Amino acid sequence: MNNGKDPINAVICGVGGQGNILVSRLIGRMLTDQGYQVSIGETFGAAQRGGSVFSCLRISRKRLYGPLIPEGQADVIVSLEPMEALRQLKTLGNPEVCVLTNTQTVFPVEVLIGEKAYPALDRLESAISALSRRAWFIPATDIAMDIGSPIVTNIVMLGALSGSGVLGISLKEAETAVRETVPHAALEMNIAALNRGYRETAD
Amino acid sequence: MTSKQTQQFLLGNEAIARSALEVGVHFVSGYPGTPSSEIINTVIRYADQADVHVEWSVNEKVACEGAAAAAFAGLNALASMKNAGLSVALDFLTHLSMTGLGNNGGSLVVVVCDDPDGHSSGDETDSRWLGRFSYAPMLEPSGIAEAKELVRWAYALSAQFDCHVMVRSYTRLSHASSSIEIGTIERKKVEAKTDSGVSISPYLARVKHAAALERLEKIKALFEQTPFNSYEGPQAPETIIICSGSGYQCARDAVETLDLEDRVGILKLVTLWPFPTAFVAGHLARAARFLVAEEVDPYIEVHVKGVLADSLLNGKKVLGRESGHIPPYGEITPDRVTQALADIQGLPTGSRPAEYQKKLFEQADPLLLGRGLAWCPGCPHRATFWALEKAMKRDGRNAYLTGDIGCYTLDVFPGGKFQQNLLHAMGSGAGLASGLGQLHRFGYTQPVIALCGDSTFFHASIPALINAVTNRSNFIQVVLDNAATAMTGFQSHPGTGTDALGREAPKIDIETFCRSLGCKVTVADPFDLRQSIRTIRDLLKEDAGVRVLIMRRPCELLRMRREKAKPFLMAVDAQRCKGEECRICTSQFRCPGLIWDPRTGKTQIREDICSGCGVCADICPFDAITSEEVA
Repeated sequence: MNNGKDPINAVICGVGGQGNILVSRLIGRMLTDQGYQVSIGETFGAAQRGGSVFSCLRISRKRLYGPLIPEGQADVIVSLEPMEALRQLKTLGNPEVCVLTNTQTVFPVEVLIGEKAYPALDRLESAISALSRRAWFIPATDIAMDIGSPIVTNIVMLGALSGSGVLGISLKEAETAVRETVPHAALEMNIAALNRGYRETAD
Repeated sequence: MTSKQTQQFLLGNEAIARSALEVGVHFVSGYPGTPSSEIINTVIRYADQADVHVEWSVNEKVACEGAAAAAFAGLNALASMKNAGLSVALDFLTHLSMTGLGNNGGSLVVVVCDDPDGHSSGDETDSRWLGRFSYAPMLEPSGIAEAKELVRWAYALSAQFDCHVMVRSYTRLSHASSSIEIGTIERKKVEAKTDSGVSISPYLARVKHAAALERLEKIKALFEQTPFNSYEGPQAPETIIICSGSGYQCARDAVETLDLEDRVGILKLVTLWPFPTAFVAGHLARAARFLVAEEVDPYIEVHVKGVLADSLLNGKKVLGRESGHIPPYGEITPDRVTQALADIQGLPTGSRPAEYQKKLFEQADPLLLGRGLAWCPGCPHRATFWALEKAMKRDGRNAYLTGDIGCYTLDVFPGGKFQQNLLHAMGSGAGLASGLGQLHRFGYTQPVIALCGDSTFFHASIPALINAVTNRSNFIQVVLDNAATAMTGFQSHPGTGTDALGREAPKIDIETFCRSLGCKVTVADPFDLRQSIRTIRDLLKEDAGVRVLIMRRPCELLRMRREKAKPFLMAVDAQRCKGEECRICTSQFRCPGLIWDPRTGKTQIREDICSGCGVCADICPFDAITSEEVA
């Protein structure tokens, strides 16, 4: 994957409560099974109440890297919200980075109360495209709602990541990881989410 | 004895108390502990003459909170304790160093009495590390007369720099006596007041940390010059004894015993944090040998070696946080280390091409918005803060709100209402209110309301509440009881009725507990806004004693887990919604379930986010928000 670059630095980001931590841990587990040494850095706590959240993954065949990605060194950004993708590009982006982002916006409080305006989606998309080698825009929340619940938005994005091929995670691996993690009652919905996401990006 | 007498035979602790009284201290609190207890005892003797508030507090943390509250209100305050007690107070004091004392001209001196040798203690913990640890300027007197002078100086420093100042005493000072000169005790007239328009909160950790460091730099500049630090002895001694506190008297005895006055000098230090590095460096040039006499740990020794190291490095450099190559606040990151290393190695930094940076500046920066934290949709705290705001406004006496740590802390984030005036450690809401509620004799008339949650009630509010009751304080303690330790992930606490493993556990009832303290206890439902506002107003009017108001409504996240459905289906009647001329719901209530739609100029319900709690229907003055019960 990624033309043999080592380490691979991946960011999973979004807004508190969107489930980015589950996604980063699933990816971490899959890549560990592939023989990589993976460390994950996360921020949680107060940020879960509507703040920006992100997880860093450092993925290497050589050694176990520290949990923080240096400035401008992300290889992949998976975002559950478009402005959060742009926020990560600001600190970790570079001309070679690949971005996969959900297109469903989550408004900050200042926008809800009418103090600030959230930018138009096409402006966000063109900025993200301009700041990345390749960008995928996925209506993951719409897909998740179509399947049954916005709660599986994160799994749609995991499927999309698999389909894009950027981290070398096969659909089968992703399915196995999901089966081992999510509760039985929600399994069918999660597998459906994974498959739908995969189809969004698979060539 | 007559008041004209200018010399008195005083115990060290009496001299410390006497100095505070002569400065014009108004509020004195402490917890007894050898060798510190006589400080409060002395103040008690003069309490009437000096018209000073003095209390034995329930513990050292509450003592410091009460004293700090007085300082916030513009008074001069003193808190005293022994070394073991400083550890109890430290959670509050570390936060206090980040906020400072505000701008009302108040001051706070914290006296801690160590017990080297453990004459009356289980340990001989050296408090000087904790002074440095908690970013407090710290002075250590070497004798009784000097103690009296230093306490006076400590008050001046505290007022000048808006921060508390630590004075470190020890058994051989606190419990020694000698004849010293005394002045007169006069009550300084003040008008105690707090500014409800100013929040004093440490919750911008990096920024406040940087400011505290800057303040210490200014204080250090003074400490480099003060004549309290002094050298006595020959110009070119063979050995210098560097000492503080009791070490100074011991050093003089040693020099005299060995008849070395011509060959050995003594460098006495009283300013121990910030450490006067330049002053010490100047004297290190005089001799080749240094004996450090201090108690108990090698605190000065370590710092002197640090000063000496710079001159011994022969061009070698140790760089880092202290040198400024890595910022002295905030976490260590690959970028910070890379930047510092690049600076040292003379390399350029900035891994990204200029073209990319330009695109970031042009295309990303204009689009990025901050993302403030906010209470969840349906959170009972939003309703409680709404009721508090309305009741306090209608009360019209500029009520003062002391806050606590938990989901209600979101009040000071952009989604909140910025109503909490003070916000420090867990349980400090009650401790600070306990202090403020006792300032009536100083003309303090603002009503005080303290906040805590159900978990933080048990954690640290109980001692403060007991302190308030026994010292006849006057405030309303609001317990935002959402039956959960919500912010950290729903852990059990003594009021949940479950243990860490989810098994049934004895449940301690907050209401019964508070009644047993003799508090009047009222329970209200935050979602019943009208009743809540009325209850708070009535409690404000009572204006006496400690009244407990339990705002009881389970956390919305808990309710959702259990019930899975919305209680109400909410809708906005666009005909009734006054739009731009009102906007109370979006701009003031600020629930994420509501959105201001600039296209239509009306409020809309966000179906996917709204929890259906129904509260917003009651805050709309035009009945434009309607609720329909979900069957």
